[in-house]
Amino acid sequence: MFETDAPRTDPAPDPDIDTCLAEMHPADMPETDIVEEGGEGDLVVDAVSKRFRTGRTDVHALDNVSLHVRPGEFVCLVGPSGCGKSTLLDIIAGLTRPDQGEVRADELVVAGPHRHRLVMFQEAALFPWLNTLGNVMFGLKLVRGLTRQQRVEIARSHLRLVGLEKFARANLHELSGGMRQRVALARALAPDPRVLLMDEPFSALDAMTREQLYLDLQRIREQRRKTIVLVTHNVREAVCLADRVILMSSPPGRIRDEFTISLPQPRDINTAEVASYASRITTALRNYADSDLAP
Amino acid sequence: MRRFIIATLFFVALLGAWQAMVLSGRWSPVLLPSPAAVGEYLWTALWDGTLIEAIEVTMRRLLVGYAIGIALGLPLGLLSSRFTFFEDTVGVLALGLQTLPSVCWIPLALLWFGQSEGAMLFVVVMGSAWSVAIATDTGARTIPPVFARAARTMGSEGFHQWTRVILPASLPYLISGMKQGWAFAWRSLMAAEIFVTILTGFGLGQLLHYGRELNAMEQVIAIMVVIVAIGLLADKALFAPWERFLHRRWGTGGTAAT
Ligand SMILES: Nc1ncnc2c1ncn2[C@@H]1O[C@H](COP(=O)(O)OP(=O)(O)O)[C@@H](O)[C@H]1O
Ligand SMILES: [Mg+2]
Repeated sequence: MFETDAPRTDPAPDPDIDTCLAEMHPADMPETDIVEEGGEGDLVVDAVSKRFRTGRTDVHALDNVSLHVRPGEFVCLVGPSGCGKSTLLDIIAGLTRPDQGEVRADELVVAGPHRHRLVMFQEAALFPWLNTLGNVMFGLKLVRGLTRQQRVEIARSHLRLVGLEKFARANLHELSGGMRQRVALARALAPDPRVLLMDEPFSALDAMTREQLYLDLQRIREQRRKTIVLVTHNVREAVCLADRVILMSSPPGRIRDEFTISLPQPRDINTAEVASYASRITTALRNYADSDLAP
Repeated sequence: MRRFIIATLFFVALLGAWQAMVLSGRWSPVLLPSPAAVGEYLWTALWDGTLIEAIEVTMRRLLVGYAIGIALGLPLGLLSSRFTFFEDTVGVLALGLQTLPSVCWIPLALLWFGQSEGAMLFVVVMGSAWSVAIATDTGARTIPPVFARAARTMGSEGFHQWTRVILPASLPYLISGMKQGWAFAWRSLMAAEIFVTILTGFGLGQLLHYGRELNAMEQVIAIMVVIVAIGLLADKALFAPWERFLHRRWGTGGTAAT
């Protein structure tokens, strides 16, 4: 039932892998793709509200949130902790049902999770009982109409995409935090979703690793045009990555404003332009917090 | 290698001490047979077939009972981890019955099944099923919910999710539960074999029992040695591969959930 036959000769993980990944080639883009008709990743969040009632507490997590994410667009949701970012992402993913309103993905109302909207979670959501390749294969095995060989090939090409092809047989505990998030990215991309949802995927990483991943994510995005919604509380991260930054405030969770980031891509997070956008957004967020506190 | 030598020396010294006690003549050979006498009994019992047959009978009872125990305990544990109905009913029952020493099942088994294989089996099943159920329950509860959520987004639902996510995710707990179940099954079977004398098969426990009846102390000690050896071997053969797998994948003793 479980793969107990992994070889003992796993390559020794290189702790510096995160910093020496510059040698990746754009030609490494996966060629085997799951070809499917229709849909391109259009996302409409239509007047969504959500409350959590548990015993005596009643949290109004989202209040009448509407949002349109265009196909191929990269949107970042920023806001203070507890403003409902994760809840909104879960609702888009179909993991949580809204109380009111609906989400439409390519015109269809979201009623549950779907392979076209895959999620990369903040915590380590990788499966420790599988090796690296096994994790990337997990979602692929649930895609119908592929031979085993095709699945392995797609999984390997995605490991190559994130620079981990040498670690296909490595166990997760042998990988660094940054490498694990790369595996998670490969796992989410392998079944070729239309929409990629990311919930603070870099928040547990150190700054160096994170900045390398920003570059990689921008490169991968260039190669595999996906609609991406990324949740973060790091404003500079949002400015560095997004086409559009959505500002949320709480409570109850609402969308307050949005900034279109018209800087050329790929961007370096350590530039004055990014910093200037970030400071404007931070000021705006602070103002909401102050006005919410004042009665 | 060094550790191996130390272990060997230790056991040689133990045997030497035993031999010295016998030679001192302070205890009657009826109560304290020499290591050679025990070895001789083992040798003859091995060649005349008594020992092999007894091991076969015992292992058959053990494996069948243990298999049934797992087949009952595993689904019960999964159910009680997921549904409050089962948690409040079967879960509480399991928790209670697990504390019951397995010897306590023997009077009931004898009344219900008489001196039969059925009684043996019943005791072994009762000895192992509950601890397997509890370990499975704990394991399935301890899984980070994010595993199931991630699996759902990729299209894993229902049966697929149980077999490909929940079970393997709780593997560290399952293995320790199965190990505990095995230990309980083994203990309860020995108790049952000593108390239940039936003619359908002569197990190790019964050899032990008759050794006492016949005042054959070398037989008693020899069988005890065999029982210990089987316990150790089974542990190595059944669980060591799984534990190596856990260690390789999880990178720890297997107790960490992530
Ligand atoms: N399953 C839940 N049950 C009860 N309250 C919840 C649940 N999920 C989230 N909340 C509450 O909803 C609010 C928004 O949570 P969340 O979406 O996780 O915020 P964020 O991701 O922006 O930090 C928080 O106050 C949180 O405590
Ligand atoms: Mg969150």
